[in-house]
Amino acid sequence: MSEKHSYVGKNLQRTDALDKVTGRGKFTADLKFSNMLYGKLIRSTHAHARILNIDTSEAEKLPGVKAIITAKDVPSIKYGLSPARYDETIFCTGTVKFYGDKIGAVCAIDEDTVYEALKLIKVEYEVLPAVFTPTEAAAEGAPQIFEEYPRNLNTEIHQHFGDCDKAQEEAYYVRTDRFQGQRTVHGVIEAHCTIAYWEGKRVIIHAAHQSVHYLQHHLARIFGMKEGDIRVITPYVGGGFGGKLDVSGLDVSAVILSKMTGQPVKMAYDLEEVWLNGRGRHGMGMEYTTGVTKEGKILFVKNEIVLDGGAYSGLGVASSYYAGALLTVLYDFDNYKFDAYRYVTNLPPCGAQRGHGQPHPRYAFESHLDHIAEDLNIDPIEIRIINARKSGDVTPNGYELKSYFLKEANELARDASGWKDKKGKMAKGRGIGVGNGGFVSGAGFCQYRTDLPHSIGMVKVYDDGTHAIVYSNAVDIGQGSDTVLRQMAAEGMGYPYDDITIVSHDTDLATLDFGAYASRQTLMAGWAVKRAGEDVKKKILEMAAEMIQVKEDGGYRSGKLMPEELDCREGIVFLKQEPAVKLTFAMGIGETLWEKVTFDEKGKLLNGNYAEYRLPTALDMPPVHSMILDTFEPNGPYGAKEVGEGATTPTLGCVANAVYDATGARVSSLPLTPEKVWRSIKEKREREEK
Amino acid sequence: MLKFVIDKNGVKHYLVSLKVNGNAYTKMVKANSMLVNFLREELDLTGTKKACEQADCGACTVLLDGKPVNSCMVLTINADGREVTTVEGLATDGKLDILQEKFIEHSAPQCGYCTPGILMSAKALLNRNPHPKEYEVREAIAGNLCRCTGYVNYVKAILDAAENQ
Repeated sequence: MSEKHSYVGKNLQRTDALDKVTGRGKFTADLKFSNMLYGKLIRSTHAHARILNIDTSEAEKLPGVKAIITAKDVPSIKYGLSPARYDETIFCTGTVKFYGDKIGAVCAIDEDTVYEALKLIKVEYEVLPAVFTPTEAAAEGAPQIFEEYPRNLNTEIHQHFGDCDKAQEEAYYVRTDRFQGQRTVHGVIEAHCTIAYWEGKRVIIHAAHQSVHYLQHHLARIFGMKEGDIRVITPYVGGGFGGKLDVSGLDVSAVILSKMTGQPVKMAYDLEEVWLNGRGRHGMGMEYTTGVTKEGKILFVKNEIVLDGGAYSGLGVASSYYAGALLTVLYDFDNYKFDAYRYVTNLPPCGAQRGHGQPHPRYAFESHLDHIAEDLNIDPIEIRIINARKSGDVTPNGYELKSYFLKEANELARDASGWKDKKGKMAKGRGIGVGNGGFVSGAGFCQYRTDLPHSIGMVKVYDDGTHAIVYSNAVDIGQGSDTVLRQMAAEGMGYPYDDITIVSHDTDLATLDFGAYASRQTLMAGWAVKRAGEDVKKKILEMAAEMIQVKEDGGYRSGKLMPEELDCREGIVFLKQEPAVKLTFAMGIGETLWEKVTFDEKGKLLNGNYAEYRLPTALDMPPVHSMILDTFEPNGPYGAKEVGEGATTPTLGCVANAVYDATGARVSSLPLTPEKVWRSIKEKREREEK
Repeated sequence: MLKFVIDKNGVKHYLVSLKVNGNAYTKMVKANSMLVNFLREELDLTGTKKACEQADCGACTVLLDGKPVNSCMVLTINADGREVTTVEGLATDGKLDILQEKFIEHSAPQCGYCTPGILMSAKALLNRNPHPKEYEVREAIAGNLCRCTGYVNYVKAILDAAENQ
């Protein structure tokens, strides 16, 4: 219980709150450096084409233009996020692979001049046939986007456990359903921005990024530099959700252009470019075949997922893996067959987005499970309770569930919602639905092979003992990690929260951490700073004991820190979980009901703006009630576990099931637009009339 | 009619005088200068955020003669002779505005990029309607997009501020 703690689990003032309500806090785009230049990327205007010629001569003559670079001016090394899939070059060589692909970069004395220069650059293309769906990409004779991916098949994942075929023979009931998930974007309000400048052989980079270390690592590899010669700093970051984790064209271009000009260079996306290179959620086709006993106990699940990856790999390998690997964490079954196929297409590349790879599969499976329950005449919550995993389970693919109360959570939701009085008893056109979701607390994988620790924490105490500083390169992208880490360090140390500050997101100043992804920071960086705090406390206590001893012997004055002031207590904690659950719900609502990235028939983005790609507003948000099951996670510092990503995933299936309950018609693709709901009702009526 | 000079490329530069957060400024700007850029680049008031530049997200909301506007859609020359309030102008004499205090108390901001815009929309609301209902608060900030918070704590903080101003 949090009352056993002094700081952890308490509603303390956020570290960044004052900066953010006064406008004083600086985001990357707010930074200015003396003599700074402005840069933009040169972007492709075809989805798939061979570059025949790039003429920059007119642009170079424009007063104020300082440098223009294309593929011929930069290292030709390939990069990406998975060593097995380094398939991206700094600028396009040979062909462009999607509308908006990066061909080069321009920098000039101001933004107006940059835009003027972009208009003067002439790129000659030979337009090539393009593919826009996995089906087109996989077709015989389809144009091949990359030499290394025959038939455009970029990634395959196969996880086969137990014996699905045998279980299928034994099953009382087997059902197959197909669903489609759409492309969505993170919807960050702050566009990506990077500023670079050189100090001798070192380059200093300020970037809106989720991991200072990964950016440092990848840039070192791309430019053949030592990691120590690259300093990455992230100021405040205006949201990430997975979209600020890949190395961007801004990062590499700013480094090169600032080297060439000897001046700081600021590169930023406009909003449409955020869509083009933000690397949002994959579009997915999902098929599930599940067999159950008469009582509804799941015996096996066969799961095939086809992903539209867009032009490059990026984090898409991990998205493909999570799409099916995480299906096993909620319900208890040992026979599992998961096959994923990620195809490259001539659309913007997809990557990680909150819940990484698995919100759509979870929507699909939760819908599928409701159909099975209905066919067997079992209550939807009951079938979830029957199948819920328990604390101590290990899933067939190896996830350990240490503290797990899905059954209890479903009972709580059932009773609090008045489920039994509502399910099947509501007025026509009204419905109630249930959906479950979950996520890992931290990923074991690093983006590259290394034996480095994933998180290091450090605590420094001022010599007079009046102030402490905790150091960590965990990145606060708005989720509040700076605050959480201060709480945990203060708790570990038994030191006042108000007297401990944090130095973070700066590779020169703070300690190694892999950054904000996979809901890892509270767990991993949390452990690191907790232990650092405890270690410092131990050292101070030892010294204090010595000093007190000295005092008894020879009249030595003891320091300010008395042992009884340093009381460290154990217990259970939740870190502001309630608001986190409520707010995460908002993103799920948008994705479920109307968000979808759309393209024209030539692969050109149609809705790269917030008028035509609508985020939920304050008026769209329904009242949300959240409840907490107070549990202790032995793997987490102070018993904490992740809540940022897992809370996105139940929303989609829950709303879909409520719509089904209300209409009796299943919409089997996201988003559940009014048009689709209307059509599904109409089709149902026509079926019934036959 | 604003005074202007023509530079050697034939571009007109207009003389504008306006008040920002109570301070008077006189500057030369091009006709296409947007108020958001003027505030951020000319006056270094970077608390006003630039995001969509299409009046869709509300991150750049400031008060123009007390009314909330998307400063990415206001020409600087149209602000001549008028009074602009930005997030930096909310605190007076070193004391935070009640809205700022309540935003902190309720941990309303997360990434914080939309926060200045929401503060300004809320300020305008409380100026015209000191005792808003919840739906009126939601309506007042409906032009301010936020991806982090679901607006939960923003709405609570604004209602709390209204009660305690």
